[in-house]
Amino acid sequence: MHAHLFDPYFSGASPVHACDSRIKLALVLVFILCVALAPVGAWAALVLYFATSLAAIILSGIPLLKILRRSVIALPFALAALPLVFTTDGVPWISIPLGPWMLSPTAEGFLRFLAIAGKSWISVQAALLLSATTPFPDLLLALRAFHVPQLLVSVIGLMWRYLFVLADEAIRLMRARDSRSGIEPGRRPGGGVLWRARVTGGMAGSLFIRGFDRADRVYAAMLARGYDGETRALPAPPLTPGQYTVLTAGGTWMVMILLLAILIR
Amino acid sequence: MFRNALQSVCRSHRPLLLGSGLVLVWLTTTAMHIPDGFLSPLVALFFWGVTIIAVAYALSRVRVELTERQVPLMGVLAAVIFAGQMLNFSVAGGTSGHLLGAALAVILLGPWPALLVMTCVVSVQALIFQDGGLLALGANIFNMGIIGVFVAWGVYRLVCRLTPDARWSRLLAGFLAAWSSIEIAALVAALQLALSGTSPANISIPAMGGIHALIGLGEGVITLGALSFLMAVRPGLVSGKGPEKTESSLVWVGGLMIAVLLAILSPLASAHPDGLEWVAEQTGFLGAAQGSFYTILPDYVVPGISNGALATILAGVMGVVIVLGAAFLVSRIRKTPTSG
Repeated sequence: MHAHLFDPYFSGASPVHACDSRIKLALVLVFILCVALAPVGAWAALVLYFATSLAAIILSGIPLLKILRRSVIALPFALAALPLVFTTDGVPWISIPLGPWMLSPTAEGFLRFLAIAGKSWISVQAALLLSATTPFPDLLLALRAFHVPQLLVSVIGLMWRYLFVLADEAIRLMRARDSRSGIEPGRRPGGGVLWRARVTGGMAGSLFIRGFDRADRVYAAMLARGYDGETRALPAPPLTPGQYTVLTAGGTWMVMILLLAILIR
Repeated sequence: MFRNALQSVCRSHRPLLLGSGLVLVWLTTTAMHIPDGFLSPLVALFFWGVTIIAVAYALSRVRVELTERQVPLMGVLAAVIFAGQMLNFSVAGGTSGHLLGAALAVILLGPWPALLVMTCVVSVQALIFQDGGLLALGANIFNMGIIGVFVAWGVYRLVCRLTPDARWSRLLAGFLAAWSSIEIAALVAALQLALSGTSPANISIPAMGGIHALIGLGEGVITLGALSFLMAVRPGLVSGKGPEKTESSLVWVGGLMIAVLLAILSPLASAHPDGLEWVAEQTGFLGAAQGSFYTILPDYVVPGISNGALATILAGVMGVVIVLGAAFLVSRIRKTPTSG
């Protein structure tokens, strides 16, 4: 029973699923970079990028609403850029006195805010599609291809294996805490905030100890199975010319949109 | 008469102000992982460079220190930190306190393994769960991994040095280390947003700094509770020096200096309404680089007249609606042949 940790992989048999993970990771990174480099007023470019990501989602066969619903996660962060509406220079729409300050939202500020929120939303969609169409071991393969050191990739792989196990431990700890706390309707369980925080600290310490012990057992098991400190992986399958075509075509498309957006200003 | 008008405006706008204030507070509590689009490419790539260098060095140090136990130990402990971030306790209203875990990791593991562990946690959060952007991943690892770990390490070692070797001093050191790691990391994130021009420095720095001063208290008490538990159950695990075999003062002194520098720089930057330009001036080359970048990304064409801006917004909205509508239509058409 997992609380909010879930494997985002959504199996399917689409061209996007079949595409090599290394190609997909490269395309997503190029996409996010191009979106980030798009000038502020280039709305046509942003719409084109949005259309590109939507096309990819449709091609993958994953329900569109599913991805869009998950993509809303990052949107509230856009409010961090909200002050831009008031602080960017330009022709103010209205002026609202607020104590000692004068709030004057400008059109330019609003456009900048929209640009940031839009870019963020589009980038999240691309990342979501990547993790929804690529099984985790393939993602590790892609990381290796991008020259992420083997030690780091091995640690991430082991972390993924034990993540759900330890998440279940954490849920059990929280359930044990609930079952040992007297609950009066209308009141929070437990004493004051400080007491609750310290109890949570004890739970975290307990999780650490279980983690240390488990790591010892895992290490002993790996030794018993011939582990010598080196992680060996099967050689990555070579990339076919078709994959390279996809990479060049996709990359060219995205860079072209960016160049057009910059040149037509 | 003016005061009456002001009062009536404030009263009528109060729900809006209260709502946006609450939302701002809520979002800053979740706002340590910066998504894509909020950092300018220059800032993001700069912090990618710094992070890559630091992580590469940490890898070389860990290979020497931990030998072959390193993979299972760090892998499982990375999972522990990840799972530990799920542990929460209710604070007030609907909010709850959480754990980042950088301070606890560095006290138990030492700085370099802790940095690798936090790197893995933040990377998987970004790659799999979209908690933080991919372009911004370098900056996020910098904030939560490098700053979080080394500031905590510097403060922990300093307090342990200044106090006698006792249980209460470890707890105090742990509390202060955890609080400072959260606070300084938040200040760095605010500075990154300000340098990118996403959030003006005189708003982002006080907001992030103020909110995370409170969140840091939660982290501090959780760390204190964890240390107290660990010292009772496994006394050898927590020591004043940490598990580092090689006593290198450079590391913890460096961490402390970073903390002090940022603690001084941030209020100064936030005092200037144009905190962005002020910080860019102080760090000379950044100012020059920003200047040239602005010519590549020309400033938006000022419509001058609000009608022009409205037209742009309308066109954009229409474009988005058309594209979304087409997409739904196509996905609906695609579904019918394959269903059944």
